[in-house]
Amino acid sequence: MSWGWLIFALVFWAAAYALNIWLANSRWAKFRAVRIAVPVIFGLTILVVWQGLVRGMNVPMVILPAPTDIWLRMTQSVPTLWEDFVQTFVKGALSGYVIGCSAAVLTAILIDRSKFLQQGLLPVGNFIAALPIVGTAPILVMWFGFDWQSKAAVVVVMVFFPMLVNTVEGLAATTRMQRDLMSTYSASYAQTLIKLRLPAAMPFIFNGLKITTTLALIGAIVAEFFGSPIKGMGFRISTEVGRLRLDMVWAEIAVAAIAGSVFYGAVALIEKGVTFWHPSQRG
Amino acid sequence: MKNIIPILAVVAAIVVIWYAAAIPMNSQWALDQAKRADVELSTSELIVDTWSQERPRLPAPHQVVAELWGSTVEMKVTSKRSLIFHGWITLSATMLGFAFGTGLGILLAVGIVHSRAMDMGVMPWAIASQTIPILAIAPMIIVVLSSMGVSGIVPKAIISAYLSFFPVVVGMVKGLRSPATMDLDLMHTYSASRSQIFWKLRMPASMPYLFASLKVGIAAALVGTIVGELPAGAIRGLGARMLSGSYYGQTIQIWSALFAAAILAALLVGIIGVIQRRTLAKMGMTA
Repeated sequence: MSWGWLIFALVFWAAAYALNIWLANSRWAKFRAVRIAVPVIFGLTILVVWQGLVRGMNVPMVILPAPTDIWLRMTQSVPTLWEDFVQTFVKGALSGYVIGCSAAVLTAILIDRSKFLQQGLLPVGNFIAALPIVGTAPILVMWFGFDWQSKAAVVVVMVFFPMLVNTVEGLAATTRMQRDLMSTYSASYAQTLIKLRLPAAMPFIFNGLKITTTLALIGAIVAEFFGSPIKGMGFRISTEVGRLRLDMVWAEIAVAAIAGSVFYGAVALIEKGVTFWHPSQRG
Repeated sequence: MKNIIPILAVVAAIVVIWYAAAIPMNSQWALDQAKRADVELSTSELIVDTWSQERPRLPAPHQVVAELWGSTVEMKVTSKRSLIFHGWITLSATMLGFAFGTGLGILLAVGIVHSRAMDMGVMPWAIASQTIPILAIAPMIIVVLSSMGVSGIVPKAIISAYLSFFPVVVGMVKGLRSPATMDLDLMHTYSASRSQIFWKLRMPASMPYLFASLKVGIAAALVGTIVGELPAGAIRGLGARMLSGSYYGQTIQIWSALFAAAILAALLVGIIGVIQRRTLAKMGMTA
């Protein structure tokens, strides 16, 4: 037990907390810089308190490594982390995400003309979207082998139904008046679809795309627990836990967290460009 | 209930496709066996065989249903092979985690709504944390906690608490903020205190949002528990059933565990739906 670290962590926490309260209630709270600064200070506080507690109470590495240890491990094992990232994220998650989402959008457009299919598929789709799809991972690994194909398959199954439900909802988002206008132009079904209904569905489609980014990464990592070649984030996490090298595990988690956030951010950025007309983007 | 016919049609179609898919998926094994025994299989024999193998790549629906029936109704509840036993292990961890996660989530949402510093500091992280594949580190939490001497129901409950926590925070913050300026102004003209505004306006107004996020939360909690049961240490629970099934090639066991989990999820979401309808009806809101 070293009191220096503990007291430092406590003082830092109190100071940062006071600073944040002052910033949030000050007249600069409207500024963009302050809006970014407050959460950043909060995040830094968590890291410092974490470091202080781990160092101060001499928590062993096998239980919780300090942030500096994790950072050290990350900088030392960049090649491994990169290899795992490519295997899990680029090959597994990303390809599954693209296949699953485009298949769902296509299916939604195909069943769009049939009221009967919609009434039947939507409740079933909603139901399946709420199920623990992750459980299909062992089955799909058995079917598609250990490499990234099985991971992509798990991701496809996981993202398909949330995406389908969102797209079908989006295709129904036009008003009677807008559709009537299109028919006064004597627009064909395809024209109405491309010029009116698909653009109107974009906010819903992007909502689905954003939700499924996390699902894709989760699916790819969890599927690796059921068998994988000797690379990949899920593989590394499960084996390094077994060897009690927790700093490596946390390094993988940090990479996964960053990849997940950047992925989400990228989709949100594209959304901003495509649906610039929507009230939620103008505000 | 007018939608029942399309739904049944779609479900029937899925079952038909499933049976059809089982034939090519399993035929390789059947053909190999026949070759080894030096017998010619007729088409109908082949089809019957693909639907009744012991370890098929894709078990036929009736095999899964038979296994489900056999391991729930026909087996003693205390048996290690009973799915009710394993389901109960999973359910109890899920409920414990869900209760904790929801409670903490509501408390944090109340804090966020009443403190600007918390709102500006915590909220971005609560949203950002949703983009992080937290589920992927579930096995690590289990291993670390068990090395600290904590095992059994608690580690799994922690994961499901974490997963149900954020939907509740985000939904509750939205809900507690949902009263319009006019409603808040009315409370001010009554010179209502902050706690009165909270209990009489914000809390009731947040109920629809709360239930919507509870539904998401409990499904997430169940997934969290199941993934928490995946590490090799666990021998009980639906997740452990899936894992041991995948180790020993017992596909029917995996599928039945999967269906048991699906039924459990549907039941839990359904129960919350019923509570939602009752509560909202009593409060004069029809969902």
